[in-house]
Amino acid sequence: MKNLRGYFVIFAVLGLLCAGSFLLNAAGETIQIKGSDTMVNLGQAWAEEFMAENPQASLAVTGGGSGTGIAALINGTCDIAEASRDMKPQEWDQAKKAGHYVQEFKVAVDALAVVVHPSNPIKQLTFDQLSGIFTGKITNWNEVGGKDQKILVLSRDRNSGTHVYFLEHVLRKGNEKGPEQYAPATLMLPSTQAIIDEVAQSESTIGYVGLGYVSPKVKTLAVSKTNDGPFVGPSKAAAMDKTYPIARPLLFYTARAPQGSVKAFLEFVLSEKGQGIVETMDFVPLGDKA
Amino acid sequence: MKISTQTQQKIAFTLLGIASTVVIVPVIVIFAILIQKGLPAINWQFLTAMPRSGMRAGGIFPAIMGTLYLVSGTILVALPLGVLAAIYLVEYARRNLLSRMIEVAIVNLAGVPSVVYGLFGMGLFVIYLKMGVSIIAGALTLAIMTLPVIITSSKEALQSVPRSFREASLALGVSKWQTIRCVVLPNALPGILTGTILGISRAAGETAPILFTVAAFYLPRLPKSIFDQCMALPYHLYVLSTQVPNVSPKIQYGTALVLVGMVFLLNLVAILVRAHVRSRKQW
Amino acid sequence: MRKFREFVIEKTILLNGFACILFVVLIFFFLAKDGLALFKFVSIQDFLFGTLWNPLAEPPQVGILPLFLGSLIVTLGATVIAIPLGMACAIFIGEIAPRWMRETLKAGVELLAAIPSIVIGFIGMTMLGPVVKNLFHLPTGLTALTGSIALAFMAIPTIVSIMEDAISSVPRIYKEGSLALGATHWQTIYRVMIPAASSGIVAAVMLGIGRVIGETMAVMMLTGNASVMPKTILAPVRTMTATIAAEMGETVRGSEHYFALFALGLVLFVITFFINLVADAALHGKQK
Repeated sequence: MKNLRGYFVIFAVLGLLCAGSFLLNAAGETIQIKGSDTMVNLGQAWAEEFMAENPQASLAVTGGGSGTGIAALINGTCDIAEASRDMKPQEWDQAKKAGHYVQEFKVAVDALAVVVHPSNPIKQLTFDQLSGIFTGKITNWNEVGGKDQKILVLSRDRNSGTHVYFLEHVLRKGNEKGPEQYAPATLMLPSTQAIIDEVAQSESTIGYVGLGYVSPKVKTLAVSKTNDGPFVGPSKAAAMDKTYPIARPLLFYTARAPQGSVKAFLEFVLSEKGQGIVETMDFVPLGDKA
Repeated sequence: MKISTQTQQKIAFTLLGIASTVVIVPVIVIFAILIQKGLPAINWQFLTAMPRSGMRAGGIFPAIMGTLYLVSGTILVALPLGVLAAIYLVEYARRNLLSRMIEVAIVNLAGVPSVVYGLFGMGLFVIYLKMGVSIIAGALTLAIMTLPVIITSSKEALQSVPRSFREASLALGVSKWQTIRCVVLPNALPGILTGTILGISRAAGETAPILFTVAAFYLPRLPKSIFDQCMALPYHLYVLSTQVPNVSPKIQYGTALVLVGMVFLLNLVAILVRAHVRSRKQW
Repeated sequence: MRKFREFVIEKTILLNGFACILFVVLIFFFLAKDGLALFKFVSIQDFLFGTLWNPLAEPPQVGILPLFLGSLIVTLGATVIAIPLGMACAIFIGEIAPRWMRETLKAGVELLAAIPSIVIGFIGMTMLGPVVKNLFHLPTGLTALTGSIALAFMAIPTIVSIMEDAISSVPRIYKEGSLALGATHWQTIYRVMIPAASSGIVAAVMLGIGRVIGETMAVMMLTGNASVMPKTILAPVRTMTATIAAEMGETVRGSEHYFALFALGLVLFVITFFINLVADAALHGKQK
C-alpha cells in the first residue's frame, strides 16, 4: 500500500513538472524549418550560425523531403519550407485554399551530379541517354558504349525534391507533365548518402546526388542537354555560370511575407556570410546574378 | 543402412544445439561490433553536449533527453491504464463474451505494426486533436503501443498471487477494492514492474511511431513544453546513418551503442528483478 | 461513503478494462476515415490489384500489388528461416539443454528481442548487405533476402518463447508414457510432444509472421525499396510498411496520395488483425 501512495506522489509531481514547464514556455518562439533532405544540413548550418549571432533566436530544423516541408507549410506547422524543387500547381492551389500567400525565395543553387562506379569506363552521357536509362528503356551499359552489364538504377524516394527535379528536368527533359516515369525496377533509397554508398560498392550502378555529397568513392559524369555537346562536368564554377545543365535553385517558401525573426533569418541567409556558409557546405552560392 | 536410434538422437541433438548457437550468435556479434566501433566515441562530452557542425561533432544530449521525456510520458499514461485494465480482467471480469473480446483486443494491439501506430497517432493526436507534432502526441502513441505488454505481464503477476491471500482478506471483512490495493497489488508489484520495464525498453527503441508524431531532426535547445517537438535516439540514429553526409562511423556506432546500451540495461534490470522475485517467492 | 468510493473505483476499473477494445476500434476508425476516402477517386480493384505504384504521376497510380507482394516475399523468406531455427532453439532450451545453459540461452533470446529494429537496420546495412551481395554475386546487397534474414532474427524470439511455452505445457504423462515404452528422448520429442503442442506451434508461427509483416525500419534500410513485381528473392523489393514510412511525410493532407497511404495502413491493419485472430484461436483452443 505504501508503494501505491508513493506512486501517486511521483505521478503528481511529474504532472506538475510537465504543466509547469509548459507555463514557463511563455516567451521565445521557435522558427520551424522543415523540408528538403538535400537542404537540411545547409539549413542547420545556417541556423547554428544565426543563433550564435542572435542568442535569443531559436530555430528548429527537420528534414523529410521537399514535399514534407511544403505540406507542413500548407498545414501551418512550419514557418519556412526548404525545397529543392518548385511547388507544384496543386500545392499552390492548396496553399491558397488554406489562406496563405506563399512567397518563394531562392537561397542557393545545387548541382546534381550523375555518379557511377569508378571502374565504369563511361565518361559522359546526353540527356536522351540519361532519360532512357532512368525510365528503363536502356537497360544495358553496352547500349551507351560501356561494358556488357545490366544497369542498376538508383534514385531518391518520392518524398525527395531531388527525385522530382530529376524526373522533370532530365527524364522528362524539361517537360513537367511528360509521361516519363522512373522504371519500376529503380531502387528508391531513403537518402543521398545511401545512394553514394551503393554506387561506391556496385559496379553497374548509376545514380544522382547533390554536389555536396560527391566523394572520391564515386565517379561523376559529364552531361549535355543536346546530343552534340558540349559535355560539362559538375562543379561549383560550372553551376554558377550556368554551363552545367543539371543545376537547380534551392528555395525557401514562407506562408506569408516574412516578418520579424523569419525576416532577419532570411536576410542572414542571403547575406555574404550566409552565402559563405553555402560554399562551405559544398553547395553553390547565388552569385552576383540572383 | 539403418542408423541406430541412439545415433539419430545424437545427430538431432547436435543439430538443435547448432541451431540455438546460430540464434544467439548475432546478439553477441552485434554487441561486439557496437562496442568495438562505438566505444571510442563515448565520453562525457558525447553524452552531455549538443550536436555541432551539422551533427558531425559534439554530442547527442538532446536525443538522449528526448528519449527520456518520451519514455516518462509513456509510462505515465500506460502504467495506470494497463494495471487497472489487468485488475479488471483478473479480479472483476467474468468469463463471458466481453472478456474474450478484451483479450482478443489486447492480442491485436500487440500485433499492430509500428508504422500503423504512427499513422494512427498522426491521425488522432497530431491532426484531429490538434496537438501538432509534439512530445505529448508521441508519448500517447507510444503509450497505446506499450499497453498490451503491461497488461499481459500485470495480468500474469496478479494471477500468480494465491487465491488464499484474497480469501483470507475478504474473510476478515475487508472490501474487495481494499483487498486488491493492500494485499494483491503489493505482492504482484515485482511482476508488474518487470512488464513495465520491458515495455519501456521497447518504447525507447521504436522509430516508426515517432516519425510522424514527434521526431525532429535538429533542435537547438531542449524542448520547453510537452507541445514541443523533441529529438530521440532511434530517430537520431536513423538520421545519422541515412541523411547526414560524411558522418564519422564512430559517431553513428556511438549513438547506436548508447541506444542499445540503454535498452539492454533496462532488460537486464527486468530479468534480474524477475529472477530475484522467483527466488524469494514464499508460495 | 465507503460504498460510494468503492463503486466509483470499480467503475473506473471497468472503464479501463474496456479501454483496449476502444483503442482497437479507434485505430480502425482513424485508418478507415482517411483510407476509405481514397475510393472516391480510385476503384478498389485498381488499388488492390494494380501493378504500378506511382502516386506522383498525373493521375496518380496507386496499385499496391507490388508492395503487397514485396511484403509477402520478405515475410515468407523470413518465416522459412525463422521457423526451423526458432523451433530447434525452443526444443533445445526446453528439453535438452542443461540447467545452466537454459537460463543463459533464454536471456540471450530475450536480449535478441530487445535490439531495436533501427539498430538491426543500421548494422544490416553496413554488414549484412555486402555479405549477401558478394555471396550471390548480385549487383546490390539491398534485396528481399537481406531483409528476410534480418527479419528472421527479429521474429525468432517470439517464436521461441511461445513454442517453448507450448512444449512445456504438454502433459508429462505423454512424455513419460512414450519413454516408458522404449522410445528415445528425441523420438519422444518429434513424435509425441510436438504433435501434442501443435496448436501452440501454429500460434507461434502466426505471431512470428505478424511481427515480420509489420516491421518497418529494418526493411526500409535493407530491401532497396524498388516498387517492382518481385520475381526472385535476390532482388530489391518494396514493402507496404516501408512505403508508408518513406512517403507519408511528403504528402499534402487530403491529397489522393495521403488517402492511399492510409488505405495501405488499413490493409496492413486488417492483415495483422486476421493473423492475430487465428493465432489467438489456436492458443485458446489449446487451453480447452
